[in-house]
Amino acid sequence: MKKRSPVPGNASALTPEALAALKRNGFSRRDFLKGAGALIVTFSVAGTPGILTSRLLAAPRPGVPGDQLDSWIAIGVDGAVTAYTGKCELGQGIYTAQVQLIAEELVVPIDRVNLIQCDTALTPDQGTTSGSMSHPTNFNSTNLAQAAATAREALVRLAAKRLGVAIEKLQIEDGLISALTDPSRSVSYGELVGGRKFDLALNLAAKRIQPNDWRVLGTSVHRAEIPDLVTGRFEFVHNLRVPGMLHGKVVRPPTVGARLVGVDERSVRDHPGFVKVVVKKDFVGVVAEKPWQAIQVADKLACTWSSGVELPEHNNYYEHLRHQKPTRDTFVVNSNDVPETLAKASKVVSATYRHPYQMHGSLGSSCAVADVQGSKATIWSASQAVNPLKKTAAMILGLSPNEVRVIFKMGSGCYGVNGADTVSYDAALLSQAVGRPVRVQLSRKDEMAWENYGYAFIIDQKMGIDEKGRIVAWDYEAWYPSLGARPGREHPGNVVTGFLAGFKPQAFVPRTPAPAPKGKFGNNRNSAPSYLAGCVNGHCGGTGRIKSERVLAHNVESRFFTGPLRSPSRLQNTFAHEGLMDEAAAQLGVDPVAFRLEHLSDPRLIAVVKAVAEKAKWEPRPIPRKGLSKQGVATGRGFACVLYKGSNGYCALAAMVDVDQDTGTIVVKKLVSGIDCGPISNPDGLRNQIEGGTLQGMSRALLEEVTWDDEKVTSVDWRTYPSLMLGFEMPEMVTVLVNRPDVDAMGAGESTITLAAAAIGNAVFDATGARIREVPFTPERVKAALANRT
Amino acid sequence: MSDINLKVNGHSQTVDVDPSTPLLHVLSDDLELRGPKFGCGLAQCGSCTVLTGGRAIRSCVTPVGTVKGAEITTLEGLGTPENPHPIQQAFIDEQATQCGFCLSGVILTAKALLDENPKASDAQIRQALSTVLCRCFANARMLRAIKRYSKELSG
Repeated sequence: MKKRSPVPGNASALTPEALAALKRNGFSRRDFLKGAGALIVTFSVAGTPGILTSRLLAAPRPGVPGDQLDSWIAIGVDGAVTAYTGKCELGQGIYTAQVQLIAEELVVPIDRVNLIQCDTALTPDQGTTSGSMSHPTNFNSTNLAQAAATAREALVRLAAKRLGVAIEKLQIEDGLISALTDPSRSVSYGELVGGRKFDLALNLAAKRIQPNDWRVLGTSVHRAEIPDLVTGRFEFVHNLRVPGMLHGKVVRPPTVGARLVGVDERSVRDHPGFVKVVVKKDFVGVVAEKPWQAIQVADKLACTWSSGVELPEHNNYYEHLRHQKPTRDTFVVNSNDVPETLAKASKVVSATYRHPYQMHGSLGSSCAVADVQGSKATIWSASQAVNPLKKTAAMILGLSPNEVRVIFKMGSGCYGVNGADTVSYDAALLSQAVGRPVRVQLSRKDEMAWENYGYAFIIDQKMGIDEKGRIVAWDYEAWYPSLGARPGREHPGNVVTGFLAGFKPQAFVPRTPAPAPKGKFGNNRNSAPSYLAGCVNGHCGGTGRIKSERVLAHNVESRFFTGPLRSPSRLQNTFAHEGLMDEAAAQLGVDPVAFRLEHLSDPRLIAVVKAVAEKAKWEPRPIPRKGLSKQGVATGRGFACVLYKGSNGYCALAAMVDVDQDTGTIVVKKLVSGIDCGPISNPDGLRNQIEGGTLQGMSRALLEEVTWDDEKVTSVDWRTYPSLMLGFEMPEMVTVLVNRPDVDAMGAGESTITLAAAAIGNAVFDATGARIREVPFTPERVKAALANRT
Repeated sequence: MSDINLKVNGHSQTVDVDPSTPLLHVLSDDLELRGPKFGCGLAQCGSCTVLTGGRAIRSCVTPVGTVKGAEITTLEGLGTPENPHPIQQAFIDEQATQCGFCLSGVILTAKALLDENPKASDAQIRQALSTVLCRCFANARMLRAIKRYSKELSG
């Protein structure tokens, strides 16, 4: 372990003390341009990519206003490096990894790097921190990594000139450039910058430091935030206190679809600390002096609501889904010969898999602070998408986006679009109504009853197998409901507050029949199994060999809000694919890993499968294991693999389980995970993500399901939506990291979570001969599957 | 409203609040402490945990009027980033967290158990943590950190 990188958070402070401190640091790009001197790398501005345009600047050059947020890196006269990123720390370690990246490329110690993350007034717009895209976005041949390489090359050129030494005869150590033959001839970055101002365009030809030469990247630098986190010093958005701040609480409808009929403010007017009741269409909130007062006022407020909409029966929901109209139909791939190939096959294996709506279930209910004064608004938010939020918050408030600043402050782990965006709207609406800063933290129930759930799925599959035991056709057809999504830049109604305040969710556009797939094969939702060739318009982009392939998805409308939950759709689909793969192996009497390998074509996925099988000491044999007993504790093992999103992280997982056949309880004894995400920036950080993701997947597989009655969601706390607690019996965890320094970086955070339900379900089958095709694997469901064994 | 005396992290404090106010709100709002956090408000998750008399309690369901005069320790009362308590150091050494929102529950619950019984068995540790939730599931590291502290205590 190495020393830690500097503590983040400078970008997020707007308290006077912090602001003053930031100004002292020569903080914004504008400040750098005004200041004593700096070398700044900007991106995609006017100039042609690939051409280094280094020059003295008396003033910001034409077309580059001083406040344009296009800068990535600035090096000051003191040699300190300030870098700007639109990819923020969510607990996944990306802050520290980015600090490592900059320190590596600029050859400076990590404590000389100040990283400013996700502030719409300061950092570049990099969209959303999501989809395991921070590494692919900032660590490859563009953006932050390339900006750092651009700066280093420019400094080396300046040094060559200054020292009269050829570039190839220079070396860099800790921000000091010196002659290889005579290290006493040297100049520091700070000296090179001097009192001058350099504004460089991003140079796409700048050479990156090669992984073999890495000193900082590739090492397990400790995460910057952890000392503050473990000592209670870290300032979460929940901890932010702004002078003059009041506390808000929202009052959500009692049932899904209920409309506000009336509010009687007299019911709370005399409550101590009461400030205001705020109503906007169906949005209701209260503001009070103190948080406990706000909670009491919200509880006491007399509201009248209409009855809501009728919800589909929970017990029969999957069949309801399958028959719901209208649908939006999409072919991911269609070779147009699947029915014929299936008809000719010597064996057809078919099954239906079901996956429920699940929650992000952030540990801390979502929180935001907003300060809306007249036409200006500042919002402190844990949103993954500060720049999009700036646009939609402006819509909610009726302001110009230019007058809205969104500052990222870390919240409780989000795992996707939790309540961070919706609560930002809550705080903004309440602050606007009272003209003072307002902090809102949702109640547990308001978080859980109204968040954007991960999609439910019902998936029908048929697989045709020839006389040699090879899969010759795969047919996949799925139905999944959606309503809303991330708000993006245009749709505040995609989350509950925006909807209640009068904005519509993005439109559902029916489409039947599905058009033929266009362009190249893409597997963004992992709808296509890993074993398909993925041939679209003559180009095969899948990771497998099966050429008779049809993947058809029907999206239908949901009564509940939905949105990306860690491995969205990909986890659900992979559960179905990997389960069916196992069913086929069982019917053929072959080893399920060998069977997978026979149908894979991608060498990197094959390598990860083999690495995990080897680490798990996987003995090839048919499944289920021989000599099954129908009573007592049975032991088994299961396997699953996938290329996440079809392009973003190769992974495999082997699970070993005990199943108590009398109680239906599953105990996972061991999990062996493997990941190949290209060159590894921080091995321990990667392990942390893999371990956490795998266990989160296990909790989702064993316990988690959104429930409802005929009018409202009934899973509204940790008793009604159980999660594995910290005290559960931990499996032994082994993680295999496949480092590939010679290829581009991929994502990792959503990889092995995708495989947990599949691997565990397959292990239960191996142990007992009972196949569970529905998540979660509750004891009741396990017992039912055991009772159905033939 | 009434004046209530509290002794928090070794400092005596007087707050003027309704005695039914949950201790958590007094700590996080009136005293602006960052350790204890609102997770559920239902004593189900542990994020609001503080120590009083060496016991781990859920401050989100503890009316402040019931802990008048008691010594209360929050996560920041154990140590500082520069001088962390051994159990905090164990969490740093093991990099035992992701988002860190749960840490008051994890660290203080484990500390309360191990300070009373440094040689607590794995089963006892699991039992103590059976109502503490970490939704990032940094469990493996956290248990390693707790064992590390346990070993330190028991020499």
